[in-house]
Amino acid sequence: MYNFTFHRPTTVRQAAGLLARNPDAKLLAGGHSLIPVMKQRLASPAALVDLGLVEGIVGVELKGRSVSIGAMTRHADVANSPVLKEVMPALASVPGSIGDPQVRNRGTIGGSIANNDPNADYPAACLGLGATIITNKRRIAADDFFTGMFSTALEEGEIIVRVSFPVAKKAGYEKFKHPASGFALVGVFVSKRGPDIRVAVTGAGANGVFRVPSFEEALKKRFSPKSIEGLTIPASGMNADIHASAEYRAHLVGVLARRALVKATA
Amino acid sequence: MPAVSMTVNGKAVSGDVEARTLLVQFLRENLRLTGTHVGCDTSQCGACVIHVDGIAAKSCTLLALQCEGAKITTIEGLAAADGPLHPMQEAFREHHGLQCGYCTPGMIMSALDIVRRRGNDLDEHTIREQLDGNICRCTGYHNIVKAIAAGAKEMGKGGTTQQAAE
Ligand SMILES: Cc1cc2nc3c(=O)[nH]c(=O)nc-3n(C[C@H](O)[C@H](O)[C@H](O)COP(=O)(O)OP(=O)(O)OC[C@H]3O[C@@H](n4cnc5c(N)ncnc54)[C@H](O)[C@@H]3O)c2cc1C
Ligand code: FES
Ligand code: FES
Repeated sequence: MYNFTFHRPTTVRQAAGLLARNPDAKLLAGGHSLIPVMKQRLASPAALVDLGLVEGIVGVELKGRSVSIGAMTRHADVANSPVLKEVMPALASVPGSIGDPQVRNRGTIGGSIANNDPNADYPAACLGLGATIITNKRRIAADDFFTGMFSTALEEGEIIVRVSFPVAKKAGYEKFKHPASGFALVGVFVSKRGPDIRVAVTGAGANGVFRVPSFEEALKKRFSPKSIEGLTIPASGMNADIHASAEYRAHLVGVLARRALVKATA
Repeated sequence: MPAVSMTVNGKAVSGDVEARTLLVQFLRENLRLTGTHVGCDTSQCGACVIHVDGIAAKSCTLLALQCEGAKITTIEGLAAADGPLHPMQEAFREHHGLQCGYCTPGMIMSALDIVRRRGNDLDEHTIREQLDGNICRCTGYHNIVKAIAAGAKEMGKGGTTQQAAE
């Protein structure tokens, strides 16, 4: 790991100022994606701006019909949030499935979403619920936020402050865990909120997380695993690597979508 | 070099470190607390697990500077050098929960975190699932699982899920 200067602001405004003043600076949240990447020298920021002491960006809150999660809220604290487990256990199950207990004790929702790893779990939940990503500058719909593998709509110096998830009556997440890394080989988040039906897939797409319009259309008639029985998606555009072929990933999308629907309609 | 200070095993410590210094390096090289091991350096094996403010974390994936002001507990903090072992350590000894011992400090620190989160009555399934972040190349896990169940129970008899003597 190359050396860097280290900064510990206590407000979002200070953090933004530090990013503006230090060219080639990066934010540090839980560090559980960034530090490994820096060790491999795939990233070598000149400065790190640690969000660990920044006030007001931690916690899970029910605000009307939305759940608002502060960017620095750790995976374990979202997974165990009593309010979230009551209003939307499907969302709590997403960070509950990340990595291992020690990773969940440090990693944060803001870091996970900003990183947009193609196999990460949170992006599926954001897209699968139509979340809004709130930054220090604006509000970004999940549909516009995830722009491809490891890339997002975030601009230089932009800081995620909170993520707001509308509460869906019916929702479910099913993931095929990579047995070694814990990441999603494929993961599917489904939800129904009034007429808004979403099926979002992580792990499978060569361009990161995506929605499946053909499944969503079929579920409009009836939100049930039966409605997508026999439906498949093409293998073109799927990711292929030593872990799984494009065909296998495409197949898993159908299987996991049905299992997620079983959970959502139980 | 930036200065860092924290409390390690109940003692105030400080030092000057490069910003890129990992917590595990600070513990091992600056403080000479070599009970915390580095097995992989890629956040997978759990040999480096310590507690930050009572919560288990992989010290190879934390910067020392992120722990400014924090309370750190390492394996050395569980029992006095000349006193009896911590009940969880004793359970590993009793149930033959180690062979080479490389993974053991991380296993024990993780076991205490499982007790913190799940209490003293742990079934095999829970323990195996919760050991997801700890790898052992020797034992085949069987006796580690037994040791953790027994250690957790023993800690309960002491009426506490408490971790360190501090
Ligand atoms: C062993 C292991 C297993 C894992 N398994 C899984 C898994 O199964 N599923 C999964 O989804 N993830 C997994 N992860 C990744 C983990 O969830 C990370 O914690 C997460 O991806 C990044 O969050 P972080 O808080 O650690 O962010 P960091 O590593 O600190 O930061 C990641 C990136 O986000 C940027 N960033 C951080 N916070 C903000 C913010 N508020 N605003 C804007 N940009 C920001 C940083 O600059 C950096 O570029 C695993 C990690 C490890 C080490
Ligand atoms: S050395 Fe930290 S997880 Fe392996
Ligand atoms: S006892 Fe040797 S690695 Fe676990």
